[in-house]
Amino acid sequence: MITADNWTPDQPIVALHDVHKSFGENEVLKGIDLEVMKGEVICIIGPSGSGKSTLIRTINGLTPVTRGSVKVEGQEVHDPDLDKLALRRKVGIVFQQYNLFPHKTVLQNVMMAPVLVLRENKDEVRERARSLLAKVQLNGKEEAYPAELSGGQQQRVAIARSLCMRPDVMLFDEVTAALDPETVKEVLVAIKQLAGEGMTCVLVTHEMGFAREISDRVYFTDAGRIVESGPPAQIFETPKDPRTQEFLSKVL
Amino acid sequence: MLDIIAPFFERLYETTGLNFSPFYDPYDWNRLLRGMWVSVELIIAIIALSLVIGVIGAGAQTSRIRAVRWLVAAYIEIFRNTPPIVQLLFFYFGLGAITPQVDMGGWYEPMIGSFGWAVIAIGIFGGSYNVEIFRSGVEAVPGTTVEAAEALGFTNFQIFVYVTLPLAFRFCLPALTNNIISLAKTSSLAYVIAVPEITYSLSGIWSDSVNVPEMMVLLFVYYIVLVAIIARLMSSLERRLALPGYGQ
Repeated sequence: MITADNWTPDQPIVALHDVHKSFGENEVLKGIDLEVMKGEVICIIGPSGSGKSTLIRTINGLTPVTRGSVKVEGQEVHDPDLDKLALRRKVGIVFQQYNLFPHKTVLQNVMMAPVLVLRENKDEVRERARSLLAKVQLNGKEEAYPAELSGGQQQRVAIARSLCMRPDVMLFDEVTAALDPETVKEVLVAIKQLAGEGMTCVLVTHEMGFAREISDRVYFTDAGRIVESGPPAQIFETPKDPRTQEFLSKVL
Repeated sequence: MLDIIAPFFERLYETTGLNFSPFYDPYDWNRLLRGMWVSVELIIAIIALSLVIGVIGAGAQTSRIRAVRWLVAAYIEIFRNTPPIVQLLFFYFGLGAITPQVDMGGWYEPMIGSFGWAVIAIGIFGGSYNVEIFRSGVEAVPGTTVEAAEALGFTNFQIFVYVTLPLAFRFCLPALTNNIISLAKTSSLAYVIAVPEITYSLSGIWSDSVNVPEMMVLLFVYYIVLVAIIARLMSSLERRLALPGYGQ
């Protein structure tokens, strides 16, 4: 069995096995198996309410699972003795609503976690934060407050904030769903650049064109189960399952 | 200062009978100044204590330990639902009677004097409101913002100090201003346990000089000016802490 001690980078960096999640009587995840290799870009698509967001949130322990196993680099996420800090250092997440700290400037938002959580040197972190902000095309916005920015800009700050923790895996939970059509693209460009640099990414998305372009593999979920998965060309052009066919005929 | 205004007020008294004795009599002048000074000290101490209680109480209310939450709830029920004057008398005469005395070398003084008891009683009274005020602020902090901090690896304590509290404080500032103003005025109750604050000082003067209406006017003016200053300070704090662009 793979554990945190014998995990090597050629084994799945994220591995979900038979994951179940219920909210009261309502079973949202009904046995999910999913594996992500280092450097892979995975997109999870499917109709609303199919459990996509719940699924991605189990990976960094924000949503505890009812049954099954979630491992990141061999470490069981839902082990009660787990050092949550160590996990969250490895796994970054970007949310649909950006969730920036409204009382901190853009630069402070990006710097806060490495300084407070990792106790890194402030000057080094500032340097890194500035270069990350430049990377997501936000130079000159360092001293602005989140509410002074557009949605697309805020989302790129959120991406930089996550990256400043130097995670091994990035999770994106419908990060363009709250954005205007014009600003969607600037966020997608930032993610694409990141994926191009070899970052392991797991995305829940409704942007089918983007999913097809960026992913190594696509998972289609419906009603709490993974219906089918495979390379984007296969899922989008020759879907096998009738549910996948029906979904894609509606959204494409 | 007194030298400049004394002739006018002396003449005012002689010609109209309006006796503002603190404005020409050095003894009453000192009583007035001292009363104002003690009043300001008292108000600052009360507000400070009530804020500390408010923050700690609001934090304790989110505790995972049921007994702690229950204790905070009981505290609020008791101190919000009883009159502050009853609490003051209870602390001073009830608890004051059983607190130890300190040997001052020949004579004994209570460990906590009337000023101390007034701060404790009114501070605890005001704190019970502040807990609820801070709680309303804490509840207004979006859960998703807290979740983002959690996902970045913040500990619960770091989340409270760096995210929840600064936002909650901003959200509850208008309600907090009301309570602080109310506490500043409630501080005059310390009169009943002989704390030499302004109300007590002026009552000393009007007992000696039988100039109650004049001293009442003075008292009114003092509180009006004081509260106006507090309100000013709080609104400038509100402006300084405003989140640029937020909620627009």
